[in-house]
Formats: sequence, structure tokens, C-alpha cells
Amino acid sequence: MIKFFLMVNKQGQTRLSKYYEHVEINKRTLLETEVIKSCLSRSNEQCSFIEYKDFKLIYRQYAALFIVVGVNDTENEMAIYEFIHNFVEVLDDYFSRVSELDVSFFSAVNQVFHSTWQRTG
Amino acid sequence: MVASSSSLKLQDLIQEIREAKTQAQEREVIQKECAHIRASFRDGDPLHRHRQLTKLLYVHLLGYPAHFGQMECLKLIASPRFTDKRVGYLGAMLLLDERQDAHLLITNSIKNDLSQGIQAVQGLALCTLSATGSAEMCRDLATEVEKLLLQPSAYVRKKAVLTAVHMIRKAPELSDIFLPPCAQLLHEHHHGILLGTITLITELCERSPAALKHFRKMVPQLVHILRTVVTTGYSKEHSISGVSDPFLQVQILRLLRILGRNHEESSETMNDLLAQVATNTDTSRNAGNAVLFETVLTIMDIRSAAGLRVLAVNILGRFLLNTDRNIRYVALTSLLRLVQSDHSAVQRHRPTVVECLREPDGSLSRRALELSLALVNSSNVQAMIQELQGFLESCPPDLQADCASGILLAAERFAPTKRWHIDTTLRVLTTAGTHVRDDAVASLTQLIGGAQELHAYSVRRLYSALAEDISQQPLVQAATWCIGEYGDLLLEGSCEETEPLQVEEEEVLALLERVLQSHMSLPATRGYALTALVKLSTRLRGDKSCLDVELQQRAVEYNTLFQKYDHMRAAILEKIPLVERGGSQVDEEAKESKETAQLSEAAPVPTEPQASKLLDLLDLLDGPSGDAQHPRPLDPTPGSALIHLLNLPCAPPPPAPIPNLKVFEREGLQLDLSFVRPPGTPTLLLITVTATNTSGGDVTHFICQAAVPKSFQLQLQAPSGDTVPAQGGLPMTQLLRILNPKKAPLRLKLRLTYNHFGQSVQEIFEVNNLPVEAWQ
Repeated sequence: MIKFFLMVNKQGQTRLSKYYEHVEINKRTLLETEVIKSCLSRSNEQCSFIEYKDFKLIYRQYAALFIVVGVNDTENEMAIYEFIHNFVEVLDDYFSRVSELDVSFFSAVNQVFHSTWQRTG
Repeated sequence: MVASSSSLKLQDLIQEIREAKTQAQEREVIQKECAHIRASFRDGDPLHRHRQLTKLLYVHLLGYPAHFGQMECLKLIASPRFTDKRVGYLGAMLLLDERQDAHLLITNSIKNDLSQGIQAVQGLALCTLSATGSAEMCRDLATEVEKLLLQPSAYVRKKAVLTAVHMIRKAPELSDIFLPPCAQLLHEHHHGILLGTITLITELCERSPAALKHFRKMVPQLVHILRTVVTTGYSKEHSISGVSDPFLQVQILRLLRILGRNHEESSETMNDLLAQVATNTDTSRNAGNAVLFETVLTIMDIRSAAGLRVLAVNILGRFLLNTDRNIRYVALTSLLRLVQSDHSAVQRHRPTVVECLREPDGSLSRRALELSLALVNSSNVQAMIQELQGFLESCPPDLQADCASGILLAAERFAPTKRWHIDTTLRVLTTAGTHVRDDAVASLTQLIGGAQELHAYSVRRLYSALAEDISQQPLVQAATWCIGEYGDLLLEGSCEETEPLQVEEEEVLALLERVLQSHMSLPATRGYALTALVKLSTRLRGDKSCLDVELQQRAVEYNTLFQKYDHMRAAILEKIPLVERGGSQVDEEAKESKETAQLSEAAPVPTEPQASKLLDLLDLLDGPSGDAQHPRPLDPTPGSALIHLLNLPCAPPPPAPIPNLKVFEREGLQLDLSFVRPPGTPTLLLITVTATNTSGGDVTHFICQAAVPKSFQLQLQAPSGDTVPAQGGLPMTQLLRILNPKKAPLRLKLRLTYNHFGQSVQEIFEVNNLPVEAWQ
């Protein structure tokens, strides 16, 4: 089960966040900082799956933007990895050559997008 | 500033926010804007409401409070305009989660919208429902959603399926409603709907065994669907890097896994398909690997044929050799799950797993460590431990604790020889001493104690290790204990197994002193060091007087230490009995040390009263058994008392038992002797005298005394009591310690005095039929 979906840039600013479990607002910022810290400290050599507290983080870097998905144990990590890429390709198609700016400006639209995609687990 | 900010477009707002250079500036901008929005809401301008709400939502995304927009969402949802509804629903999804009170109010709006018949609107409503529907809402609207499952429009159907999934998750009892449509939905061609349906079925099966049984009948159909997906050629809509709809494939595989678990028939149906998928998938891209991984997981979980399992393990092995770290990680995780059931198959990949230990990546090395520890068995233990110890030296600190405990556990289970075990433990302690578990020291001491032939060797090794480095606490504790116990062996000089090490007494004492003074030593460690010093003082042949003075000084320190760390006292004094050593020994030591410090005549040593009575006894004993000699009663002076006490070294695990002996019987009072010969000390014999009373009257003032021939040394400890209650009450026990240095045949005379049935009784007799093992 996917717990959350984050798009965070290298400076630590969250461009998009969607939580599928209730997490308090103040805890969210904390979570995001910690998550981005662990992702930023990885080198290219290391694998894209991190174990964080009681769930796994699967992340992918696109230029200056990190897309991080938090899942619990039952998920197929590689499928999620593929899913992240798929999502980015869709955005790319929609915005024709999407960039971080587009994501921050159209985040409201993104939300709608999300709900349709996410339920595929 | 901008006057007509009520019509500030979202774009402009975003622009402004981005232009803010600092956090404070940004907050200012947002607060101003929020004030305008609030004013606008109060005014109730219907035309621009949606714009205001959009801005508010953006602000909410950035993390600022936006709860005042909740009622506006409701108003917008109720409005007939589509733009309004869209924003309203979006707002509802973000702002109105289950914890808000206004949440229930949207139920009615959703209901209306669902039955409206306009696709887009229905879609919106379904979306919101699936994102934030509470359990009650779900129950209310379940039938509506079910109707929509059969709508002609694929768009709506897809959304309806997704909503159904959410509803099942929230309110599992709704599964009855959603069970029937599933069969029909499986015939869909639209992949989106199919995917949703599969998820729905998965959720249903996970939550109810009845559903599970129902859907097992559909396994052939699922197999067929998957086969079609796999064998279809390139389809533009669904292909991801050459694999057709991997998401659907993965989902179907997962469902098959759930259906085939513990069910022979379904598993058989799937076998061919799984083999086909496994061999035909293109693994050059990640998508293919994802599908392959899911296939492997499924094979592992269902009752698959043996050949298939071997195939799965081989696939995992191939993954391990892949350069892509993601794949390796995934392979290690699955192998860990497999290792329980298919141990031998996984063993084949052991070298690769060990390779992965050397990865710089933290996640990978942790998995590799767990897997390596699981793979250790008696045949490969030495090589594996070698590798693991190499890893221990270079691994990050958070893994060190796990690694150290793992190595110690494996060593315990599979050690080929005791010496190797001690070596390994020693190496672990020197490398990662600070991270080992607390009982590592205890187990090491027990181990060394039990391996008598290795005493000299271990003490030598530990001494050299200690001399190099006194900072690692567990190592220091173990080493000081060992030096205390076997210090004489250390000083003897020769031992075949290591190079000759000439150690002088002063060196040993100096080292122990350093340990005591070092600020890095914990109180427990100091306790160990003191104990060692005390024990050594009795064994060293050196200058007794100076040692006694030193001992007194130490004892003063001991005292102050104990006062400072009183809570540690229990821990320190307790630790020793753990290993079945003389716990009482330490207690008595402590008492004796205190007395030494006071430099006063010893307080009643337990044996003293016995000593005087023995003298009486022996006056009586000048009969035929004449040589009942003066057993040297324990000298009341402290120093030698210590020597005697401490000369009785500790007993490792019990030897072969010597049979008990019944020596006396009169009017219901019975006396039994039981013998223990601690194997560590061949000259010591412990006799326990047990008095039981089966008669009707109590036995009171019971005193038992003993006498032995000249060459023996006897020590009587205090009895448990002097009354043996009637009718089989609690027996009285007394311990006799007999030292027999010449191994002469044992002779024992007992004298009893007691009151029974109002009469005073006195009995003297020699114990016959003493078992031969008691003295040989």
C-alpha cells in the first residue's frame, strides 16, 4: 500500500505531496525533511530503495527534482519504481516537456490527476 | 499594494510568492492574501468564489492553515456550475478529511451528483468519495456506486471501480454488494477498468475467506487474461519499454499469488503460465524485471512444482549478479524469505551474497548481512565467520551491533572446536567490543570455564589483548575475570599453544591497577578488577605481606565504591552466580574485605563456633577410630580465612552424580548424605547432610558435628536451622566441605544431639559404606 507520494526539489522545497494515510501537518514537514535528507545523501552508486522506520522509500531523481514514494512491505518495489517513471512520462506528455516550474504552478491540477492514478495501488 | 486583490489570479499569486526572498516575506504575502480571501468569503461573491478557493488551496499546499475555506467548499459543490463543482470537490478532498465535522455534509451533494448522469460530474463525485469517504458515507452510498459499475461509459466505470476499492477498505462488510459485479467486470477490455477490478478482487479476497473461495473459481479466467496480455504484441497504449502493461501483469500475478496460496488445484493451473511469463519476459529493462520479480514472489508463495521453484531461485541468482543495485536489493530480500524453505538452493549463491557484503550501499549491506547470517551452517561456518569478521571491521556503526551478535550466535551454534570459539569471541570483542550484547561476557566466561584444557591458552590471549587496549569494556571484564581465575597459569610461563610469554606478577598487578584507575572503566568493570586482585593475592607466591596491605587498601576502595554505586552492588555480586560460581564466595569475600579494612578481629566466621565444638568432640573421640584428628579449624584471622575460602575454586557444570547414602535412622528421624565432587577441583568433596522427620513429634535443638582423619581438612557451614518439624516437614540441611589433598580413603564420624519426644538424644557413629567416588 502506498503511504505517500512526494515531489521535493534539491533545496528541500516540497512541490507536491499526497498522503494516503492521515499524518498531522507539522509531522508532515518533519517527515519530508527527513526523507529528503536520506535521499540527498545517496550517491549514484546506491540503490533506489531505502528502509526508513517501518516502511520503504522508493525514489527517483529527475534533474533537480526527487520523486519519493513511501510504501509498506507488501509492495513490489520495482513496480513502484516503474510507476514513478510512468507518472513522469504522463506529465511530460501533458505539459510537453514538463519542468519543475510547471509542477509548482499546476499543482492543483496535479491533484486531480493523482486521484485517478493512485488507486491502482 | 494591489487594491483589487480579490480578483488576483492564481498565477499572479504564485508569482508573488515565488518572488518573496525570505520565509518571512512569503508569510506576509500569504497572510495578506488570506485576509482578502476571508473578506471575500464573508461577502459571499458567488462569481469569484472558485478563484478564491483555488488560491486558498494553493496556500494550503504550501502548508499554511486553510480551514476557513471548508464551508466554501460545500457551497461550491452544491452550485450547478461545473467549474465551481470541480474546485469545490478538489477543496473537499484536500480540506475536508474525515476528522472535520463538516465532512458528513457533503454526503448529500455527492449522492445527488452521482445520480445526475453527467459523466464528468459523476467522475468528480466518485473521485472525492474514493479519496476521503468515511465509513458511514461509504455505507450510505454503496448501492449508488454499484449501479455505476455497470454504466455504459468506461470513464465512469473505471472511477466507480476505484471508489469500490476504497469502500471495501473502509467498510469491509460491503463486500457482499461488490462481489457479484466482479465476474462481469473481468470481461472488460479496457485495461484501466481491468486493473481496478483486479485490485477490487484482491481487496475482497484479502478481507474475507468466503470471497477467496468464490474467486478461486476464476483462476482459469485470470490465467487466460494474463496470457493474452503477455502474448499480445506491441500495443501503443499499454506498452512500457517493450513490456505490455506491466502494471496489469504485476497486479494479476499478485492476485494469483493470493488465490494459489495453500491451494493445490489453483497452483497447478498457474504453473504453466508462470513458467511462460518467467522465461519470456524481456529483462533488459526495469519493467521486465519488475514483472519477473513479481513472478518469483508468486512462485515462492504458492504450492508450485519443484522445477518451478528451482527456476525461481535461479532467476534470483541471476538478479544478484546484475549490476543494477536495485535489482540486487530486491534479490537479496527475496532470498532472505526463501532461505527458510529452500535452504540448499540458496546456499549455491552464497559466494555472491558474501560479495554483496562489501557494497558501500547501506541498504544492500544490511540485507546481505542478514542473509549471510542465515546461511551459516556447520560446513561453511569457518569461512563465513572469517568473512563476517572482515565485514565487522569495516562496517558502519549501526550495523556493528547486529553483526557482532550474529557472529557470536553463529559461533555458539556451529563452533567446531572450543578453541576456535574462544578465538572468534575474542576477535569480536576486540573489534567491536562496545557494541556486543551484555551477556556476551557471561557466555564467554562460562565457555572458558568449561574448557579446562584451554585455561592457560585463554588467559594468555586475554592478557595480551588487555595489555594492548583497556578501553573496550566487555573485553576488559572478561580479561580481568580470567586473570583472576587463572592467574597462576598465566605466571607459570609455558604453554604450547602460544609463544612463551614471560609475565611477572608486578606486571599483572600493574595492569589490573590501571584498569581500576582508568576513567573509561564502568563500575562493573572495576568490580571485576577488584575481584581479580583479591583472588590473585591468594595465589601468587610473591610477597604476602605487601599483598595483604594492598588487599586492605583495595578493600577500602571496594567499600567506597560500593557506597557510591550501591545499586551496582547487586548486579556485580549477582553476575557471578550466573556462571554457577561461588556467589556466596564473593559475599564472604566482601564481608572479609570489610573486616580487613577495619583491621579488627574477624567477626564470627561461620565456622568458628563449630571449631570450638569440634575440639570438644575430638576430646571424646579417642576410641578405636583414634586418628580422628584435629581438622585444622578455620583460622579466625582474616588473611588465612580468605586463603582458605578462596582456595576452594569455582565449580563448573556438575559431574556424574555419586549415589546418596542413608546413614542414620531412629524413630522417624532420618539422616541422608549426598555427595558432590566439583570437577574443577579434584580434592574437594561437598557433602550435604539432610535430616528429615516423619514421626509425630518435632525434633528440636538439632546439632550435627563431624570429624575426619588427620590428612583431611573439614569445614562445616551453618545449618539451615536447628528444628526438623514433624510429619515430613521442611528438612534441615547442612553443608560439609572436605578437602582431601592426599586422596586418602575417606572416613567420617558424626555426632548428633537433639531433643525428640521430650527426650534429649545423643548419637555418635562412624559412617560406613562411603562410596569410593567420594575420595578417588
